[in-house]
Amino acid sequence: MSISATNMPVAELSRRAYNIRRHALKMGQVQGQGYVGQALGVADVLAVSYFRALTYRPGEPEWEGRDRFLLSIGHYAIALYAALIEAGVIPLEELETYGSDDSRLPMSGMASYTPGMEISGGSLGQGLGIAVGMGLGLKRKGSGQFVYNLMSDGELGEGSTWEAAASAAHWKLDNLITIVDFNNQQADGPSTQVLGMGDIAAKFAAFGWHAQFVDGNDMEALVEAFDKARELEDPRPRVIVADTLMGRGVPFLEEREKTHFIRVDEDEWDKAIEVLDAGYAAAAA
Amino acid sequence: MSVEAPAKPRLKTSAMIASIAAEGQRTVAAPFGHALSKLAETKQNIVGMSADLAKYTDLHIFAANHPDRFYQMGMAEQLLMMSGAGMAREGFQPWLTTYAVFAARRAYDFLCLAIAEEGLDVKVCCALPGLTTGYGPSHQATEDLAIFRGMPDLTIVDPCDAIDIEQAVPQISDHKGAVYMRLLRGKVPAVLDEYDYKFELGKAKMLRDGADVLFISSGLMTMRTLEAADRLRADKVEAAVLHCPTIKPLDEKTIIEAVAARPGRLVVVAENHSVIGGLGEAVAACLLGSGTVPSGYRQIGLPDKFLDAGALPTLHDRYGISTDQVVARTLSWLG
Repeated sequence: MSISATNMPVAELSRRAYNIRRHALKMGQVQGQGYVGQALGVADVLAVSYFRALTYRPGEPEWEGRDRFLLSIGHYAIALYAALIEAGVIPLEELETYGSDDSRLPMSGMASYTPGMEISGGSLGQGLGIAVGMGLGLKRKGSGQFVYNLMSDGELGEGSTWEAAASAAHWKLDNLITIVDFNNQQADGPSTQVLGMGDIAAKFAAFGWHAQFVDGNDMEALVEAFDKARELEDPRPRVIVADTLMGRGVPFLEEREKTHFIRVDEDEWDKAIEVLDAGYAAAAA
Repeated sequence: MSVEAPAKPRLKTSAMIASIAAEGQRTVAAPFGHALSKLAETKQNIVGMSADLAKYTDLHIFAANHPDRFYQMGMAEQLLMMSGAGMAREGFQPWLTTYAVFAARRAYDFLCLAIAEEGLDVKVCCALPGLTTGYGPSHQATEDLAIFRGMPDLTIVDPCDAIDIEQAVPQISDHKGAVYMRLLRGKVPAVLDEYDYKFELGKAKMLRDGADVLFISSGLMTMRTLEAADRLRADKVEAAVLHCPTIKPLDEKTIIEAVAARPGRLVVVAENHSVIGGLGEAVAACLLGSGTVPSGYRQIGLPDKFLDAGALPTLHDRYGISTDQVVARTLSWLG
């Protein structure tokens, strides 16, 4: 059975996002580490992607008629695994193998390991260029499917990203939608301080893209942005700059001193899940 | 009374595009472009992509014959590799072209991780390998083999001439996986049809036998070792030439057998590449590893330095890879 772009209501999408956060925290707990802050931050984007925007078959991850979803930021694998578990592409029981020997869920995302993982993305700045090739390839085949590429704001520092951005506009790749997770955190500090990019949406627009800047943790805004990106009749590639909050959904992690790799102490994993559950229950009530 | 000034000798050129053909040598124009173009008539999934160097990698022939299957990716070698990977993911067989320096030095990570590690069926064909331009170090890929030999799951081909290229193209296409080919472009000499030779991917071929010296060579240096072998007869030196166009995987069996067949024969490995990290070191490791020790072992290759700009014949002579130098150095080693 295929899942195709639906009109799933916002409340249901929020439930999916909550589940994705929960899966990610559970995986983080298995190894005592992982890019959990990013996963919590980008969970809403993934929920909208997998339950609103993308067409795919959970049991047939290489189905030709699918929309492609590339995770350029291999570091975020824990987030995508959580989404793929929620989407039914990866069975829930595999969650506890995260990061272990011989698991299909290595800490950095690799295409040959994981169903639904379209590319190996750990070397940053490659996803968007691969998406350009896939976008060109889909057009060659006469396919109407989209290529989604999830990248980070840190990847904007890689020059290869801008080679790809220029090319996507040159080739009028209206089947390419890239999402920039703007959480303003990278290895050496806030992205805006490591290499200030200014107005990211304006930069993409200047490269010939249709650009939207949204609150990446506002489900309604995300839905609107994704719908618009998909339905736009305009021969331009599309970018959604999603302004997200690291640790979103677990207030004590949101408030933790912001670093690229959020520290979660051993005794805090259960607490994080409790807080997430309580927060979701309160919001849903 | 007027005295005519003596005519100035014409200065030799250090132009980027210089012919590797010797004067009067038989050549074929753009063998790669024509071979790929012809192959694409039967293989519909072939696409050509270039980083603003289609005209200088002979891909323009393909582009002219199959315009809808040619993709100009601009002066962006990283993008060339990434988008080639994306095309391959969608079931196409991309043939990517640029200069060897740019593929090796600039786009390594992208060829490595987006293509080779993924086992994708992408062919990367790069002009100006080794010392085939007098334009200076910015364009002289004297270390591309050293760089690429370290990449797992990458097949590396260093053809000798137009015949080699024409035959290699369909075989490279049939081989599923990432391939790097050093491309001789423009008017490419044709020599191997005078020998009973067929290109076979992964195989070294004995072109001629001889008791005193065994040349093991790849790329355009096979032309030179063949010429050198002819000229060495005047000095009563019989030279064999083992052409080794596939650098990786290396045909170790044929190399070991050729050396073991006449252990007293001087082995000279000749390549259009730095003596560091290319065919010479690969053959040495293969022989030492198998315990096959020749009576003597020498390398003819480019020195471990950034080379001068200048005219190709001058530079080939200066750096020891001209036929004259191959003959002279071999004689000196034989004593």
